Amino acid sequence: MKFARLVLSNFKRHKTRTILTILSILVAFILFAYLAAIRNAFTMGVSVAGANRLIVRNRISLIQPLPQSYEAQIEQIDGVANATQAAWFGGLYKDNKRPFGQIAVEPEEFLDVYPEYIISAEGKANWLKTRTGAIAGRKLAEALGWKVGDKIPIQATYMTPKTGGNLWTFDLVAIQDGRTEDVDTSSFFFRHDYLDENRMRGQGTTGWYYIKIKDPARSEQIVKAIDEKFANSPFETKTETEKAFIKGFAEQMGNIGAIVTAILTAVFFTILLVAGNTMAQAVRERINELGVLKAIGFTDSQMLLMVLAESLLISCLGGAIGLLLGALAVNAGDPTNGALPIFNFPPRDLILGIVIVLLLGVITGAWPAFQAMRLNAVDALRRE
Amino acid sequence: MSDTPTNGAPLVRIDGVEKFFQRGEEKIQVLAELNLAVAPGEFLALMGPSGSGKSTLLNLIGGLDRPTKGSVSIGGERVDQLSDRQLAGWRARHIGFVFQLYNLMPVLTAERNVELPLLLTHLNKAQRQKHVDTALAMVGLSHRAKHFPRTMSGGEQQRVGIARAIVTDPTLILADEPTGDLDRKTGDGILDLLEALNREHGKTIVMVTHDPHAANRSSRRLYMVDGQVSTEMAA
Repeated sequence: MKFARLVLSNFKRHKTRTILTILSILVAFILFAYLAAIRNAFTMGVSVAGANRLIVRNRISLIQPLPQSYEAQIEQIDGVANATQAAWFGGLYKDNKRPFGQIAVEPEEFLDVYPEYIISAEGKANWLKTRTGAIAGRKLAEALGWKVGDKIPIQATYMTPKTGGNLWTFDLVAIQDGRTEDVDTSSFFFRHDYLDENRMRGQGTTGWYYIKIKDPARSEQIVKAIDEKFANSPFETKTETEKAFIKGFAEQMGNIGAIVTAILTAVFFTILLVAGNTMAQAVRERINELGVLKAIGFTDSQMLLMVLAESLLISCLGGAIGLLLGALAVNAGDPTNGALPIFNFPPRDLILGIVIVLLLGVITGAWPAFQAMRLNAVDALRRE
Repeated sequence: MSDTPTNGAPLVRIDGVEKFFQRGEEKIQVLAELNLAVAPGEFLALMGPSGSGKSTLLNLIGGLDRPTKGSVSIGGERVDQLSDRQLAGWRARHIGFVFQLYNLMPVLTAERNVELPLLLTHLNKAQRQKHVDTALAMVGLSHRAKHFPRTMSGGEQQRVGIARAIVTDPTLILADEPTGDLDRKTGDGILDLLEALNREHGKTIVMVTHDPHAANRSSRRLYMVDGQVSTEMAA
């Protein structure tokens, strides 16, 4: 502790350089927090996917339909607890500045398969009795200023109504919350039967099935049993775990995790050079003073620790403020105005950030600290 | 060449010391079979031309360097046989260095510069401050305690350097050209201070200087040529 003043005093030498170095580290860690949130947005669905859920879709592609009659047949397969239909609507709300997903579902079964989606008992009852009823995730409702009782007009892009035009109107009956923070609350769900009865074409079909299975350990067998059941039919199926489904979906946009990792690697490598250069220069400039410290009795290990402490302090200052500002920026909202279903800075990435801060401090200080330690006092004192 | 103090057991004893430096493939002898003894309470001036080995000898006495051959004993302890870590601790306890260019930390105030050697002791903050205040008072700079070196004159900076050298009450003060960067009047003030430390506080001082005027203030003067003590001049 008594050496703290000595370490801190070195920050007074080249204030501009020190501040710029701290700022560059700070910016890197804001970027780290922000990119971690983006990566998380693309991969969180995978990590929160239920182990007891499967997705059944048309083998050709996700946009090809499946017959609604499959529901009863799937439910007869050993190990299946529940099967429920879902269909992508793909509509536009107002000027579409804040796009969101709209999915037609069977309310009761859907809420059974997704127990982490929470709505009030009253809201659930209203949804079950209101044909035009819909629920919105809290994040979405807050972003668009919706409240229960509102009428939500959505323009169809391809699911046009029988009545002509392209406008569908839904009654908002409940706001959906997540059981945990990482559950998506940015989507819009409405009744599949309302869709089916009122769409121009496609009656009797659905987009995909959510399946709840009794024993996750048997998922492989059940996947096989479902696909075998519909093999060689006009609507062959592709069944996979929800985790694999979401992962595959996310990867259609590219391997976001790898892209983010590549960007961060480049950023931190640059920062490593910047901070490392600052520390090396800081030590080079005061060789003579370090020689004096050695002459008056500072040991090699004390010299090493003092320089390391200095570089750790620079890294911790920039890193801590950067992580804090990054977390605040993430909390302020995602850059797509809510199109990303989940946008937060997960605790595991915060811990990773702290580890990187410490590593950065140690790595950038290691060589200058070693030089200070190995310094020959006589040689150092000769330098001016 | 041998040299002995006038009386008492020597505080510094250099026996048969040789020192070589390697410059490329050339081996340069800086000290040659040098013997020296400095008595406790002596104020010794080492003179001689550049390259005569004065500073090297001072570095050996101060435990900053080791002889190629021979022994260096301070207070009966063979400092040339101590490990680097032991030497660092030994320097902190026994040696006070005064440098030609003061070598103060520009980012620390006068009192914090003086405190530096005390950071290596077990003294608490209050005790350290008490020692610092005493040392600054001894060099007449109590009023400049909170000032940074850049706001001080050369003479004041050197006084801070001397306060730093004496703050741990070392056995031996080693001064390398302490007036070399000062004008005559200011230099005289520094020499007065060193003389007072020697006479009034019994500090043993070994001072390297080119300046005969500065050397005249010592109790004994040795003239070095080619790594050996060639002449002893009476005070």
